[in-house]
Amino acid sequence: MPRSIAPWETTRKLLVKAEDKTNPKYGHKPEERSPEEYIRYGVINLDKPAGPTSHEVAAWVKRILNLQWVGHGGTLEAKAREIPT
Amino acid sequence: MTGVLPVTLEESRKAVQALLYSGKEYVCVMKLHSDTTEDRVKAVLKEFEDTIYQRPPLRASVKRQLRTRRIYYIDFLEMDGRNVLFKVGCEGGTYIRKLCYDIGEVLGCGAHMQELRRTRAGPFIENESIVTLHDVAYWFMEWQQHKNEKVLRKFIQPMEKALALIPKICIRDSAVDAICHGANLTAPGVLSLETEISSASLMAVVTLKGEAVALAKAVASTEEILSMEHGVVAKPERVLMPRGTYPKCWRSGEI
Repeated sequence: MPRSIAPWETTRKLLVKAEDKTNPKYGHKPEERSPEEYIRYGVINLDKPAGPTSHEVAAWVKRILNLQWVGHGGTLEAKAREIPT
Repeated sequence: MTGVLPVTLEESRKAVQALLYSGKEYVCVMKLHSDTTEDRVKAVLKEFEDTIYQRPPLRASVKRQLRTRRIYYIDFLEMDGRNVLFKVGCEGGTYIRKLCYDIGEVLGCGAHMQELRRTRAGPFIENESIVTLHDVAYWFMEWQQHKNEKVLRKFIQPMEKALALIPKICIRDSAVDAICHGANLTAPGVLSLETEISSASLMAVVTLKGEAVALAKAVASTEEILSMEHGVVAKPERVLMPRGTYPKCWRSGEI
């Protein structure tokens, strides 16, 4: 079986269909969001420590940053349990 | 059991779906239950670089039904006695503990997972922008004291980063608010798009400023969308931008 291509190894090209300009009055670039918005639309690339569950770690982040909703992408098993996604 | 865990804050939780489609990479220590030659281990690891069948383990958060998962690659790194170190790139939802067990069965000697570290979750990788819980607590305190935005950027990334591996489709300002209200994306609203989109692919709908508008399922391929003059191009799955960010332009067409 030949080595297959992982999602991060695929290269995509951008093809243009039509040209248009964007009005600076509305919205802003992701890097130009206000600090409050930047947090609300933010993701943390966290190094999960061994021991606590992914869920517990997310709850700690929620408490540290004093937020309402904090989730995580893909559970990483705590200690000696199974790892989904 | 350690490693990359993308943590989504508030609104960005809506984008996690994109991460589930983007694959994972792990570094794993597997313990063999009896002595085996290195060549034999290497050969069996190669056999697993394929689409494999896996039944989720007893303690799992999903239905225990036989399913297939793609193993993109397994790179043998090192072997010391009965410990085997390897790196595996796989589809989301692959159980590595199960993979080790199955490798042990094929080897005939049995094996179990000893140690595991995730080195990648979709676009998030281990040696790029990764922070510990301590870093988060420290930088956040620093931010509260000095209100310097640079500090926030040290540990938080925009949610658009989570969408980096799925294909993008860029739309006109005048189409944005309709999508935010759940309307289908039609051909005239499309400005540019990436290659290798096929019908049913999950895409990120973005503005010219690069902001994420929604996650959407394509209903046509890249080539088809390019030649279309009217008709539905994609159906939104999850809206990411709040309504009213851009003006409402349907019917009038003015901006």
